[in-house]
Amino acid sequence: MSASLRRERRSALIWSYVFLVVFAVIFLTPPLYMFITSLKTSAEISAAKLPWWVFHPTLDNYSALLTSETYLTFFRNSAVVSLVVVAITMAISIPAAFSLSRMRFWGSAALATGVFLTYLIPETLLFIPLFKIFAFVQDWTGIELMNHWWILMLVFPTLTVPFCTWIMIGYFASIPKELDEAALIDGAGYLQVLVRIFLPVALPGVIAATIFAFTVSWADFLYPMAFATSADQMVLPAGIVSTLIKGDVFNWGQIMTAALLGAAPPLVIYAFLMDYYIAGLTAGATKG
Amino acid sequence: MSNGVVQAARLPVSRRRSAGRRLARHRSVIAFVMVMPLIALIALLVIYPAFYSLHLATLNKSMERFVGLGNFSFLFKRDLFWMVIKQSVIFALSAVVFKALIGFVVAHFVHNIPAKGQRKWRGMLLVPWVIPPAMSTLAWFWLFDPSYSAFNWVLTRLGLDAVPWLGEPHWARFAVILVNVWYGAPFFLIMYLAALKSVPEQLYEAAAIDGANWWQKIWYVTLPMMRNIIAITILFSLIVTFANFDIVRILTNGGPIDQTQIFATWAFQLSIEGGDIPLGACVSLFMFPILGVAAYFILRDINRRGTEA
Amino acid sequence: MAQVTLRNVVKEYDELPAVRGIDLDIADKEFVVLVGPSGCGKTTTLRMIAGLEDITDGEILIGGDIVNDVPPKDRDIAMVFQNYALYPHMTVHENMSFGLRLKKVPNEEIKRRVAAAAGILGIRELLDRKPKQLSGGQRQRVAMGRAIVRNPKVFLFDEPLSNLDAKLRVHMRTEIKKVHQKVRTTTVYVTHDQVEAMTLADRVVVMNGGLIEQVGTPHELYHSPATIFVAGFIGSPAMNLVHCGLEEAAGALRVRLTDEISFPVPAARTVRYRAHAGKAKLLFGLRPEHVTENRAHQTANQIPFEVSVEVTEPMGMETLVFFNLNGAELCARTNPSANVQPSARTTLLADLSNMHLIDQESGRVL
Repeated sequence: MSASLRRERRSALIWSYVFLVVFAVIFLTPPLYMFITSLKTSAEISAAKLPWWVFHPTLDNYSALLTSETYLTFFRNSAVVSLVVVAITMAISIPAAFSLSRMRFWGSAALATGVFLTYLIPETLLFIPLFKIFAFVQDWTGIELMNHWWILMLVFPTLTVPFCTWIMIGYFASIPKELDEAALIDGAGYLQVLVRIFLPVALPGVIAATIFAFTVSWADFLYPMAFATSADQMVLPAGIVSTLIKGDVFNWGQIMTAALLGAAPPLVIYAFLMDYYIAGLTAGATKG
Repeated sequence: MSNGVVQAARLPVSRRRSAGRRLARHRSVIAFVMVMPLIALIALLVIYPAFYSLHLATLNKSMERFVGLGNFSFLFKRDLFWMVIKQSVIFALSAVVFKALIGFVVAHFVHNIPAKGQRKWRGMLLVPWVIPPAMSTLAWFWLFDPSYSAFNWVLTRLGLDAVPWLGEPHWARFAVILVNVWYGAPFFLIMYLAALKSVPEQLYEAAAIDGANWWQKIWYVTLPMMRNIIAITILFSLIVTFANFDIVRILTNGGPIDQTQIFATWAFQLSIEGGDIPLGACVSLFMFPILGVAAYFILRDINRRGTEA
Repeated sequence: MAQVTLRNVVKEYDELPAVRGIDLDIADKEFVVLVGPSGCGKTTTLRMIAGLEDITDGEILIGGDIVNDVPPKDRDIAMVFQNYALYPHMTVHENMSFGLRLKKVPNEEIKRRVAAAAGILGIRELLDRKPKQLSGGQRQRVAMGRAIVRNPKVFLFDEPLSNLDAKLRVHMRTEIKKVHQKVRTTTVYVTHDQVEAMTLADRVVVMNGGLIEQVGTPHELYHSPATIFVAGFIGSPAMNLVHCGLEEAAGALRVRLTDEISFPVPAARTVRYRAHAGKAKLLFGLRPEHVTENRAHQTANQIPFEVSVEVTEPMGMETLVFFNLNGAELCARTNPSANVQPSARTTLLADLSNMHLIDQESGRVL
């Protein structure tokens, strides 16, 4: 490589790092600030000497929340709902993605595109009719649907299933068909092909879809706000916003702690399984 | 043993072996059964409610009487309605444009550094998208707080005026777009980074030999190769941003004075808080045609490119 | 007994015919190669024998039983794919034993059979590795090992050497032949490479456009092609084909290529060809290996003729000489020591005892 080319490459590299640091700072400041605030007492917050630093760190906020019945209820509700929704989503999406990507049948191509198009009908359109429908069903059958957190287990799949199916279709399509055929010839039935050959190979795509389903369920805000009104029925995001932001005086230390703890599960999962998450997201991307 | 014999072309066979067909149909049935839950879910909880909302929009407030297009004409006469349309469109378009640009630019930076370091940076830069938007918006809310804003603290230290981030209409709009861009840019970053990696290095080398500078390389090599993924991400983001609820709701709840009101937040206020479900449904429905038009143009562009390739 | 029989087998994809009715009898332990250009239907036929494609019409029998509706796993066959199709998440040993494990064969037996197959293929040291740690040739051997271990009635090969580089391909060809000699199992092998077909097969099936052009031993196909397609397909460089006329004069037949060049028809063929004298649209066929440099010592059927050389290609062991006659580009294989020069006139020797006469309209070799 000539000297001028090397100099060019080096300056490009330096500039790249400079900008990356700038953007990293921008992207990471809010969560960092959440963390800093969570360690402050109310007194320190109102004193507002230096917002970007903690002088007298305290874990009071954490202990207050982790012993609060209400908060723990939120957490539990979120956890149960999210895990169940992940299970439901996988149970629907995996067979659907397998069928649409590998088994040719009449209308399969149209269906695959159609799955993606359901996102044209966003939750902000659907929450109103669903609200009415649930109220109606409740009046009609007496099943308690409104203001119960488990109604979310019914609606969250509409958010997760289409995208998870789409991710997995992209991933499954990249697995050569000969693998299935070799297994068929080796003597496997269709179920054995799916379980012993296909799923192990498709695992990264499945994991990515699972992570995505969990994150979306955990984070959804609109449906819980619309369908749950009493505190003990709420999940985390809606719960924090409705209960902790009441009146004019906010306990910011607690709010930030609550928000941080609420953001923790997706972040932790992400930290451990980051590669799967990114691989799953982008598998569909390079195929378009 | 046939030897040196050429097979004459057979006459078209009209009789079909039904047995072989049975096996094929059996497989098709299994395939269809596997897709049934997906179809059922979408039909019952997406398509049906969507049509139901059409019906709802034609009822009066207490939902007893049919008023036809009464709700629609009511909305058309209200200034707020037109403001919401304008604000939603501006919000969605500007946010998506910035997200795509930032995502594209930062993807290049990440792509430039040696592969080993890329993983770390990618991991750090995706964080905004992983945090539940409601939680991170709370953090921004706190950062923008009128009395305690940490940003204002820095500004005043530098001798500038404190900014009424959420109190003044123009700043409020800016704040909402900023948070949305902060949240969504990483998604574009990840997608574009993956797409960048799939552009063959040889195309750049050929362009360099042909005398292209860095800008021309991007215009003539990178962008055309990434057309499809750019179109898909923009469409996807337009839909999601246009229908956004979380950020506006938490930051400004539509205020001040409805200057940041968009479809979703307004519909929520009208229906859940205001108790007027049909009117809320009406408002929500207006999202659909706009989204449909955008989707049509973008998808058509993708398909055309697909056949060109 | 593992003979394979195809009776009037047809395959149509949505009214588009891929295989248009073929009959074939493959004897037990025979190595049969299906060869032909892309799209001729050879892979489709193989997949129908495997059960991976449905049969639109006709019957396929394995070991005397009709298998049309039998799923692949019950046909007792094994297949080696072009892309090897090894299970990436399993070791070589697990890949090879998968079929046996599905049938719940006892572990001792599995170990014995895998070791035996690994021994035949020379992959014993690779048993604990995963596919991604293997080279192309090694993967191919594992794929074959997976097939051998099952001890099936029929081996099916779908262009297994196409993904290997030229040198490795030649080596693996020999390996496959050795394996067949050790493990005498009926084999159906698909390839587009006629060299593979000729070197591996007991009998070759040349296919074109969904039909069988000719079935025969490599020798038969080389020396007695039945159609113009087979004549042009087998042999590399391809057979020389020139428009010609067949003249009869004073009881002797001559093949006339140009005004200056004509050859006497060998006595052995005179009777056969006489009926076609004077016909239009005849083609004269002679393989390049039967057109050589002029020699001092000539047999009765070796006739010299003069041509204008266009291009020569020195191959080392021979020099290919290209020349034009009657609008066709023809090829001769000469000894390098003859030192034939391009853009010069030279005398070549045609060995007419190997000539072919082809009726262009029917495509048949006379």
